[in-house]
Amino acid sequence: MSVTTQVGFRTFIPQPSMAPPLEVSGAAHWAKQNLFNGWISSLLTLLGVLLIVATVPRFLNWAVLDAIWSGDGEACRVDGVGACWAYVGANFRILMVGIYPVAEIWRPVISFVLMLAVIWLTVSGKVKGTRMLACWLILPFIAYWLIGGGSLGMPEVDQSRWGGLMLSLLLASVGIIISVPLGVMLALGRFSGSPVIKLLCVTFIEIVRGVPLITILFMASVMLPLFLPQGMDINNLLRIQVGMILFSSAYMAEVVRGGLQAMPAGQFEAAKALGLNYRHTMFYIIVPQAMRHVLPPMIGRCIALFKDTSLVLIVGLLDFLGMLKTSTQDSNWMGFEAESYVFGAFVYWLVCYSMSRYGQHLENSGPQNKH
Amino acid sequence: MSKQFTTRSRAGHQFSLQLLMQGAVLALILYLAYSVLQNTQLNLEARGIDSGFEFLNREAGLPIGDSLIHYEPTDSYSWAFITAVVNTLFVASLAIFFATVIGVLVGVARVSSNWLVNKLAAVYVETLRNIPLLLTLIFIYVVVLSSLPNTRNSWQLTESILLNVRGIYFPKPMPMEGFSLVMIAFVLALALCWVFSRWARGYFARTGRELAVIRISLLMLIALPGLVYLLMGQPLDWQVAQLKGFNYVGGLSFRPEFMALLVGLVLYTAAFIAENVRSGIQSVAVGQIEAAQALGIAPAKIMSRVTLPQALRVMIPATTNDFTSLVKNSSLAVAIGYPDMVSVGGTIIGQNGQAIEIIGMWMAVYMAINLIISALMNWLNARVQVIER
Repeated sequence: MSVTTQVGFRTFIPQPSMAPPLEVSGAAHWAKQNLFNGWISSLLTLLGVLLIVATVPRFLNWAVLDAIWSGDGEACRVDGVGACWAYVGANFRILMVGIYPVAEIWRPVISFVLMLAVIWLTVSGKVKGTRMLACWLILPFIAYWLIGGGSLGMPEVDQSRWGGLMLSLLLASVGIIISVPLGVMLALGRFSGSPVIKLLCVTFIEIVRGVPLITILFMASVMLPLFLPQGMDINNLLRIQVGMILFSSAYMAEVVRGGLQAMPAGQFEAAKALGLNYRHTMFYIIVPQAMRHVLPPMIGRCIALFKDTSLVLIVGLLDFLGMLKTSTQDSNWMGFEAESYVFGAFVYWLVCYSMSRYGQHLENSGPQNKH
Repeated sequence: MSKQFTTRSRAGHQFSLQLLMQGAVLALILYLAYSVLQNTQLNLEARGIDSGFEFLNREAGLPIGDSLIHYEPTDSYSWAFITAVVNTLFVASLAIFFATVIGVLVGVARVSSNWLVNKLAAVYVETLRNIPLLLTLIFIYVVVLSSLPNTRNSWQLTESILLNVRGIYFPKPMPMEGFSLVMIAFVLALALCWVFSRWARGYFARTGRELAVIRISLLMLIALPGLVYLLMGQPLDWQVAQLKGFNYVGGLSFRPEFMALLVGLVLYTAAFIAENVRSGIQSVAVGQIEAAQALGIAPAKIMSRVTLPQALRVMIPATTNDFTSLVKNSSLAVAIGYPDMVSVGGTIIGQNGQAIEIIGMWMAVYMAINLIISALMNWLNARVQVIER
């Protein structure tokens, strides 16, 4: 007797599995779950769609379809045309480097390429740790030297001719690179056993954090010359750079303080048990760990500092925003403020958003997830 | 014995070394302060700039476009500065209010299960946060507000609210005789609400029964003054702006500089507050909400009694920072010409060169405002923290 003829048994014929019911899969289900889940959700979706319909096509028409990509101001002053991107093309040089001499423009370009190279090395992970830090530390000084000139047969370019995005990037990168170590020192000073140093650091940090950057910039540009001995003169750019560094270092100090406070007491105790002194404990045990913890907020501060460089416009430096503003007052290109500021906003956004994405990436792949 | 002695002497040695270091630092600072003081005196003399605060009593002679309190160019510098401080406080407090409202809405939208709402909120936050506030302000002022229609073609937002390139015009409330009674009724209603909510708390503790405190309070707040208002024969008149010549007169008007500053500050800060709200809500452990659901608590109650109290602990410290930076950011008014503290102070520096005094006054006022905000928010924060036994 074979198995197949046995009473009560049937041959098993595999059937293809059935499609899941429509209600739990597919686009309709997704839409029901994520767009029309209840009447409030449906109403909000409808409002959102209305908002998109009302704004996006109009913006696209203006910015892309009806836009003028080349020509001069007159070509853009025709009725019914959209954005005049020819304006950006015509003013691109002064937006990027200000009134830097045209013949010497290769110097900022090389600096920019070097910066891109260092960014690539960092993001791709080709260089790490101390070597990466060294790259970033050296970069702004090379850029300063290249852009400033005055040696190796490069004619000197006065700092009053520096401007545009180049100036913004320089102010921000030098500001970040000097304010981080300063911030670490201030934060350590805050925890110092010596009351004098502690008081000084706390006073400095709290005063700087309590006032707007613009007052510090006014101080650097108007008040600092009064403090210096007669005959001693520091140029305006350097004074403002110093103001930015001091401002940023107080905020960096607060970020580092957060990291120091997050260090478990066991780390200090273990270092003490090993017989390490204060300097060794701090610089080999505590600070490196704390810095790794505070990397994401520190990147947040870098973004803030880059955005804050736009304030130097108020004290008379022509940074990127300053150039955006000035170029709209050129008689050939009057009336293209919208194009100018939309382009500027896009550039600022691109830089800041990339930094913040990189910060998120570090946070997700950070050391706290490794152990 | 001898070993202990050596370590002790080394400790003593280190202690005196530290003392010496501190003394040296102090001496260095004092010397620097002294030389700065001397340089400053010499420099001021060389430039013929006065020092001290006598200038505050002199006639200012500078016009201030918007002023909440009465100000004439013939008033003193001190009054001009106070007018500017009031302007700063006004724009900052309005901005804090609206930024909080919008920030909370966007933050809740950011954790919404509705995909579209979620993404729209994300686009808003990521755009506004990554563009410098100064650029946003200048954009609103130069591009958005200057494209508004001229006075003849003003937009009528409602019957009595007008918007044109010169500003926005609201009807101005003109209290008539008997309106003070309405105000008294309102204050009375507030006091009643306070008493009622305290009593309701005691009632809840005694009986375990909850009363609809918020609804009843709102009813009292509306009904009591409303009743008095009707009884007194509606003692409130609305003055609507009228077109006279080329301009609107009367009503409650705000110039474009003010609008640009307010809108810019609100949109920018709301993006940051939204992020705080999002991270606050996401910081609440899922188990907490699941446990509340398992106990059969209604969704609205889960939000108000479980999620929100815990989320607030994360939200409040971060939002305190955003409020203080909003106040500091209001100083960007100088770039678009709204007469805030920095803008008016800058004009005074231009007139008499007394930068040190003005910058000192700026710093003092900003520090004071920020200290008050921090104190208020710390008090709020202390109230929402877990009270551990």
